[in-house]
Amino acid sequence: MDHKVVGKSAQRLDAVAKVTGRAKYTDDFFERGMLVGKVLRSPHAHALVTRIDASKAKALPGVVAVLTPQDLPQIKFATAGHPWSLDPGHRDVEDRLILTDKARFVGDAIAAVVAEDLLTADKALHLIEVEYEVLPHVLTAEDAMKEGAPVLHENRPGNIVSSFGVQFGDVEAEFQAADQVFEGDYETSIVQHCHIESMSAFAFVDTDGRIVVNSSTQIPHIVRRIVAQALGLPWGRVKVIKPFIGGGFGNKQDVVVEPLTAAMSLAAGGRPVRYCMNREEVFIDTRTRHGMKLHLKTAVSNEGVLKGIHVQVLSNTGAYASHGHSIAMSAGGKFRPLYDFRAIKYEPKTVYTNLPVAGAMRGYGTPQIFFALESHLDDIARKLEMDPIELRQKNLIKVGHMDPLTKNVVRSFGIPECIAKGMELIHWDEKKKAHQQQTGPRRRGLGMACFAYASGTHPVALELAGARIVMNQDGSVTLQVGATEIGQGSDTVFAQITAETLGIPVDMVHVVTTQDTDITPFDSGAYASRQTFVTGIAVRKAALEVRQKALEVATRRTGLPPAEMDIRDCMIVEASLGRAVCSLGDVAMDSYYDRILAAPITSDTSANVRINAMSYGVTFVEVEVDMETGKVEVTELWNVHDSGTIINPKLAEGQVHGGVSMSLGAALLEQMLFDPHTGKPLNNNFLDYKLPTILDTPKINAAFVETFDAAGTFGSKSLGECPTISPAPAVRNAVLDATGVAFHKIPLYPQVVFEKFREVGLLAERSVEHV
Amino acid sequence: MFDICELHEPETLQEAKRIFHDNPDLKVIAGGTDVLIRMQHGSLAGAGLLSLRNIRELEEIRMLGDGTLSIGAMASFTKIFQDDLVQKHVPVLSEAAVSMGGPQVRNVATIGGNLCNGAVSADSASTLFALDALLKLENLEGERIIPMGDFYAGPGKVNLGPGELLVSILIPREGYEGMGGRYIKYAMRKAMDIATLGVAVVCKVRDNRFAELRIGLGVAAPVPIRCFEAEAYAKGREITLECVQEIARLAVKPSRPRTSWRASKDYREHLIEVLAQRAVAEAVKRAGGCCAH
Amino acid sequence: MLTKNAAGVAARKRLSMTVNGRAVEIEIDIRESLLDVLRDRLQFTGVKQGCSVGECGACTVLLDGTPVNSCIYLAAWAHGKTVTTIEGIAQDGKLSPVQEAFVEEGAIQCGFCTPGLVLSTTAMVESGHTYTHDEVRRELSGHLCRCTGYQKIVEAAERALRDAESAVDESPV
Repeated sequence: MDHKVVGKSAQRLDAVAKVTGRAKYTDDFFERGMLVGKVLRSPHAHALVTRIDASKAKALPGVVAVLTPQDLPQIKFATAGHPWSLDPGHRDVEDRLILTDKARFVGDAIAAVVAEDLLTADKALHLIEVEYEVLPHVLTAEDAMKEGAPVLHENRPGNIVSSFGVQFGDVEAEFQAADQVFEGDYETSIVQHCHIESMSAFAFVDTDGRIVVNSSTQIPHIVRRIVAQALGLPWGRVKVIKPFIGGGFGNKQDVVVEPLTAAMSLAAGGRPVRYCMNREEVFIDTRTRHGMKLHLKTAVSNEGVLKGIHVQVLSNTGAYASHGHSIAMSAGGKFRPLYDFRAIKYEPKTVYTNLPVAGAMRGYGTPQIFFALESHLDDIARKLEMDPIELRQKNLIKVGHMDPLTKNVVRSFGIPECIAKGMELIHWDEKKKAHQQQTGPRRRGLGMACFAYASGTHPVALELAGARIVMNQDGSVTLQVGATEIGQGSDTVFAQITAETLGIPVDMVHVVTTQDTDITPFDSGAYASRQTFVTGIAVRKAALEVRQKALEVATRRTGLPPAEMDIRDCMIVEASLGRAVCSLGDVAMDSYYDRILAAPITSDTSANVRINAMSYGVTFVEVEVDMETGKVEVTELWNVHDSGTIINPKLAEGQVHGGVSMSLGAALLEQMLFDPHTGKPLNNNFLDYKLPTILDTPKINAAFVETFDAAGTFGSKSLGECPTISPAPAVRNAVLDATGVAFHKIPLYPQVVFEKFREVGLLAERSVEHV
Repeated sequence: MFDICELHEPETLQEAKRIFHDNPDLKVIAGGTDVLIRMQHGSLAGAGLLSLRNIRELEEIRMLGDGTLSIGAMASFTKIFQDDLVQKHVPVLSEAAVSMGGPQVRNVATIGGNLCNGAVSADSASTLFALDALLKLENLEGERIIPMGDFYAGPGKVNLGPGELLVSILIPREGYEGMGGRYIKYAMRKAMDIATLGVAVVCKVRDNRFAELRIGLGVAAPVPIRCFEAEAYAKGREITLECVQEIARLAVKPSRPRTSWRASKDYREHLIEVLAQRAVAEAVKRAGGCCAH
Repeated sequence: MLTKNAAGVAARKRLSMTVNGRAVEIEIDIRESLLDVLRDRLQFTGVKQGCSVGECGACTVLLDGTPVNSCIYLAAWAHGKTVTTIEGIAQDGKLSPVQEAFVEEGAIQCGFCTPGLVLSTTAMVESGHTYTHDEVRRELSGHLCRCTGYQKIVEAAERALRDAESAVDESPV
């Protein structure tokens, strides 16, 4: 299709605001007399608060309020950023209080102080006297499920949040009938989002008695609901404002600091109170990515045809459910529309432990399952002495595939082309030859891994998006969406969709980037790679409505029926002749000022999107392994994506770069570590948590195979989370190729690689290979 | 905001010594990249600070008449990395300096601060140790010059007397002249990280024999150490691969690494051997030698 | 010079510095970091706080042209110095060549690390030195970014340095 704006790298709308430092984030707003909040955190992984005395803290000059669990409503609430479900059976687990008198992890919030300044608040925290009855704790899912294990939540005596699973076909019969059955265990570590902006909010009570919460969030409308629920207020009493946000990656698809910040303001008589976590707090008391242990058992024919698979997952969700079992379930749904298994049994267990709370993180369980599956496939290929690419190609689904459980249909399937393109780009065959028979201390290897992902959450959850367009007097339009710009560039993409539809340039679309739940159309926010796909449909719908209305107004001037006209380059044209008949500006002026017919051209609409589109892609990677130190370096990497039509190539590349680097971090460096005896975090700071620096990040190459998916606006599908899925298993497979050693857990931290090399005899007891 | 009760900002060394003499409980602050981080984490609450930042005379890097390279304690890592004298005479120190932290930290962090906080991971310490550097300490009563080996007292502890300030680091001519050097910082990241192991090697080669070899290790023991046995073994020996391997094996001997969540003792010992071999080989090359078969 | 904080009263110090080309005279609390003063007192909110301990680089400012982490730099130390924040880079509403390069290359996502990276790149450009690809990466290695994988940031920095170099070449002798 011939597009004027879609498919072009329009400059991101907020680029100038951000590059000049004028973009305002939550902490950049000041209110007169603003107070600060601080939190007293449990030093124990599991303990009951038996006595708490805040009198000394309250007496400290400069302290305005001290909050303890008793001072707050005892309403358990769920924090996950999902649309509300009218069906109580589909709601997130309500297991959290704003402050707790039962600490369930080191860092659980016990009390809070509101003070004039941070040093005073800090001093006050030290003056709060707390006595604990320390309870035994559990840190692993296995331990938590043992008979007699300490119970975290009274209503979940076995510590299992859920063990709901899915299946189709007869997997046992497939194992019976199969030529070969392979099993493997795989594990991913707990990692974190590491948005550079902290988790932060400020709140005050306005002159109408409503609580206004400004927050660095991906989900303002959901924050409104959950703040109200946690405080037991009518939802309309809460107003949430989301300014620019310094990264989210799923951590801010959860309600973390907002209820407490609102409670702090209420305790301070409605005065403005800021609560901004320090980095150490962000690591321990926001969310993490679930560490998962996966056991895969697969029935395969001698020719390499995958018949059936049984996947067992242990998902460690930490002290509170947050997104809980949704993440393990999401993982189970993503690999089905990739490989054509006749039978699948998916058995996940999500388990409470005394660790920081796991929640949503870019990929939402999918990086974990694809690490396991794509590693497993390479292990199988080796045992079958089959080319790992061929094994995958042989088992791909076909266009038209319908998932037996979700009933989602695959309408576009570019992965065969992605594989071909990736092989060519990395020079797979040539490199394979060049890498044969390496014996030196540095060895190279090639690896690849595929993935599939969805566009939004349908049919699991509601996919509602709102858009409002107002045409201004000059023919430009102002667009409001409830979907949130969190750095990914969604505002720009919406502007492009609007501009393309209305026949105007992007700079005539003014997008209101701040969300304010009083003003902004309803939308659940940024997650599930849903916005271009789901909100895009709402934006397109609103733009079409505005276009139609504009043409109807033009009819009054031109006498031509709307269907005979088009808008091109801000002009109303007679479509068949391409002849300009009047300007869009003229039409806009008529709509505002015609003494008889004036009615401004607007659209305020929403889309309840009940369809999904699967996105695909593949990572090709070359690594070099230092056989003596155990260090792995990525020497070349290509991520090739089928995300349908790419609306903005430059923004799309940016998504790929960031997602890949996040996956490489998880593959090689990143993991949150805890003292096994106490549950205390060991590396909750940017020095000890090894977020890759610029020098640790290789050149990342992004490529696209553009399919057209009829379900998406202009043929587009999801992209945001996709790049985070396949790099880690591709790296793992490349290390296998280089060394012959199969690793089953990420990250491939040098210490771990060293130990494994020792174990398999690649490194003798302290002797050094030849240089 | 830092929990500071007073801040002294003398402009001369003499003034600083006087203040420190009168207020021995003050915490000396140089670049602040260690002290202020510790304060941010809640340590040193209510401390009074003696800031040396305004004492320009302490930033100088100069060559003394006898060929001793004198580096002021307040010289920043960036300054040391870029300094012509350092690059010409002790490039290995420049290599160590640029491996520390990230650029913004190197721009303010000082070599004196890096040594005085006593961290075993200090990137400058193992290199200075290998260079046979001396430390010039002064207080109001006078000065003393001590070798690096006498400075470190234990993890985070250094031998500074009451009212005493580290004024400069002296690298005598014999310490560096004709030496090739190599510093390998082994860390998990290539920037903004602390060393899992630091290996500093300097050597002098004559007729492809080790005229001299010195090895300093960081994070290999509770304090930075030298590998004297390996050094003695090397002296006068022909440079062969086997010789370098033996040196590397001997380098492990004086180490006393411990197992922590960052790395195991076993792994660290292994790294000492691997990286000592690599560092010696490279230092030999830079000294004009060759350790091929 | 001694500034003392007696009996819980914050000691103050008069600070004269130049911020973004303008002389600033301000009485500060000795306990404040340069970051505190720039953000909270002078409202240069383009200076971002990411970790407070010099590990992320978001709070980078130029101090006499040199990048430093303002979170671990005492405000008192800025006396007599020239401070440049991101707000001082664009002149008369016109983006600097470094800013242009960041915009053109698509080096910006959430934007939180952007001010610091623009400043570190500006320091390179204004130094007049030439930098290899590896040196550019090294000079930017004190900034953490989670959005971009650093790819387009390096491209933007190299573009800005290239443009600056060719501007020098073309300038009349």
